[in-house]
Amino acid sequence: MFKHLKQLTSLVAMIAVVFAFTTEAMAKKSKTLKNTQKKGFVRCGVSQGLPGFSNADASGNWTGIDVDVCRAVAAAVLGDANKVKFTPLSAKERFTALTSGEIDILSRNTTWTLSRDADIGLTFVGVNFYDGQGFMVRKSSGITSTSQFKDGISACTNIGTTTELNMRDFFNSKGIKYEPVAFEKADEVVAAYDAGRCDTYTTDKSGLAAQRTKMKNPNEHIVLPETISKEPLGPVVRQGDAVWEDIVRWSLNTMIEAEEYGITSANADSMKTSDNPAIKRLVGAEGEMGAAFGLDNEWNLRIIKQVGNYGESYKRNIADTGILPDRGPNQLWTKGGILYVPPAR
Amino acid sequence: MNNKIKKLIPQILTILFVILIFGFFTINAQVNMDNRGIDFGFGFLKQEASFDMQFTLLDYDGQDSYAWAYVVALLNTLLVSFLGIIFCTILGVIIGVARLSQNFLIRNSAAWYVEFFRNIPLLLQIFFWYYAALRALPLPETAEPWFGVTYMTIKGYYIPSMIWENLNVFLSCLIAAIVSIIFIRIYARKLQEREGKQLPVFYISIGLLIILPLLSFLIGGVKLDFELPVLKQLAQTSFIFEGGIALPPELIALVVALSLYTSTFVAECVRAGIQGISKGQKEAAASVGLNPNQILKLVIMPQALRIIIPPTTNQYLNLTKNSSLAAAIAYPDLVLVFAGTALMQTGKAIEIVGITMLTYLTISLSIAALMNWYNKRIEIKEK
Repeated sequence: MFKHLKQLTSLVAMIAVVFAFTTEAMAKKSKTLKNTQKKGFVRCGVSQGLPGFSNADASGNWTGIDVDVCRAVAAAVLGDANKVKFTPLSAKERFTALTSGEIDILSRNTTWTLSRDADIGLTFVGVNFYDGQGFMVRKSSGITSTSQFKDGISACTNIGTTTELNMRDFFNSKGIKYEPVAFEKADEVVAAYDAGRCDTYTTDKSGLAAQRTKMKNPNEHIVLPETISKEPLGPVVRQGDAVWEDIVRWSLNTMIEAEEYGITSANADSMKTSDNPAIKRLVGAEGEMGAAFGLDNEWNLRIIKQVGNYGESYKRNIADTGILPDRGPNQLWTKGGILYVPPAR
Repeated sequence: MNNKIKKLIPQILTILFVILIFGFFTINAQVNMDNRGIDFGFGFLKQEASFDMQFTLLDYDGQDSYAWAYVVALLNTLLVSFLGIIFCTILGVIIGVARLSQNFLIRNSAAWYVEFFRNIPLLLQIFFWYYAALRALPLPETAEPWFGVTYMTIKGYYIPSMIWENLNVFLSCLIAAIVSIIFIRIYARKLQEREGKQLPVFYISIGLLIILPLLSFLIGGVKLDFELPVLKQLAQTSFIFEGGIALPPELIALVVALSLYTSTFVAECVRAGIQGISKGQKEAAASVGLNPNQILKLVIMPQALRIIIPPTTNQYLNLTKNSSLAAAIAYPDLVLVFAGTALMQTGKAIEIVGITMLTYLTISLSIAALMNWYNKRIEIKEK
């Protein structure tokens, strides 16, 4: 009897050990990926409406280059770029929404900084727009440069953004006394500035260009030439899921590299027979590029076919809408810009 | 003995249950924060805040710590609550008394006022005052002066500031006046109790309050100058006023909305208090020979206050808590600055929301304690 008991115990112990190992091995596969595939949609945090970046039309369709990052991930992991649930977030809510697990990607014109990356349980995966903070003023004020700012100027901006901190650095370094008026929502900032509550409106230059289109009379306002800060904007994920982090990073990289090699949504399929192995890898015709993520081999082809490359996304969302026709630094490194991504191999 | 234990067991179980629930939430929060790589701690309070605030009562600069930003933001919240409580009390008493007026027009306008402001959501009223009413104000360069020296503009209300010379002499005179008034009142009461004589305490007090500070100007070398706001051009079409004190439109909109809204509730408390006193009291007081003033002061009000104070306390608490709606219109109160900007910059959500909740709890309990003390003082002393 006792002999049997001993055998039974060792059997149970063995099963337990094996079980523990298998669960450990399974845990290495991304938990977020598993959850996303189970749910059938990617949970993506976006802005409350910033034309060109993330903006919903009257029927609730989201467009913008930030939106396209989430669509790319959906195309890669679910096979359909439309399987995204967008959650509009204020600047104040965005990080909490991500760390608390309400969303899985935050793609909301968010500046990559050391403290955000290191302190608060977030990981930035890359840059999809190189921006810098600028100022907008009324044309009639006659101001054409920030050097004409004087003591007593009032500046409207958003709370909880790097903008608030840069603004202070800027005015302090110039020795100008200013009145900061900080609102929670971007629309409130625009309304306050438009009504004359503030002399200047400061945020990322792309944001200024986009919000200008919302003013009562856009032509009455100009964006000053000076850029007072570096604002690399990019998608963010929660810390602790390295595979998910890689999937989002390489979804973005795929879009940028596809542009570099001239692969577009229109010609992606025909590129499978290209002579260039780098191109073939990008459309899933060579190598095992999806295995490391637990994805099939055509994940990147789907991104390019359904969402397009970075250049297409930029043209569709930012250039053609008249927000920033000139790509500036957001041009490929081969064409004089600073978009440079590691090779997919 | 057995009975005692029977009674004790459910209580112990309840306490254990509560502890378990709290323990569960604490551990749950800890585990999840660990999983997500978030540290818990209050060390951030010592870090440099590095953001500026639009309006502060004490000196504040971005180089100061988050802890100081918290104090400064808290003062802004207290300022709004304090101003709101003062104005809603004054307005509330006037409207409440007006609702009982014999005059048809006064009585009905007061009723309309109450029904109108009480039944529109407060946030909407704040938006109305800030986005509609104050946005319709002129720009500084086109503003006409009010009372000759103050300017109401879209960028704020500019009033002259006072520049004192020998302010301490003036203040000591004021304190001396107040102290002597207290002594005279005590003396007057004793005189009445002993000899039945009445002193004109009210007129003596007013006289002292005017004469002593006036003397400080004439003899004490006290001087008061005013610094007037002056229009200054920043650019071709942008102007501001310099000098004097600038009250931001956000503060004005918030105080106006909070006062108007809460005053309707205070008015109803006042009306209820006065109507709660039976007619017989008034008639009895008149029959022993008291004049109408004395009836109100000695008979009606002391009793009415007992009915008015407790519900009014609730309204004060509501107003204080409602002041957190400031965040909607960029007034730098505790919620906007601390639970907004500071939370964003540090990412310490649990700590900051916890501190903010505790702070509001403390403010509310302090107001309640103060009003309870006052209520105790005026309630019927039963022997």
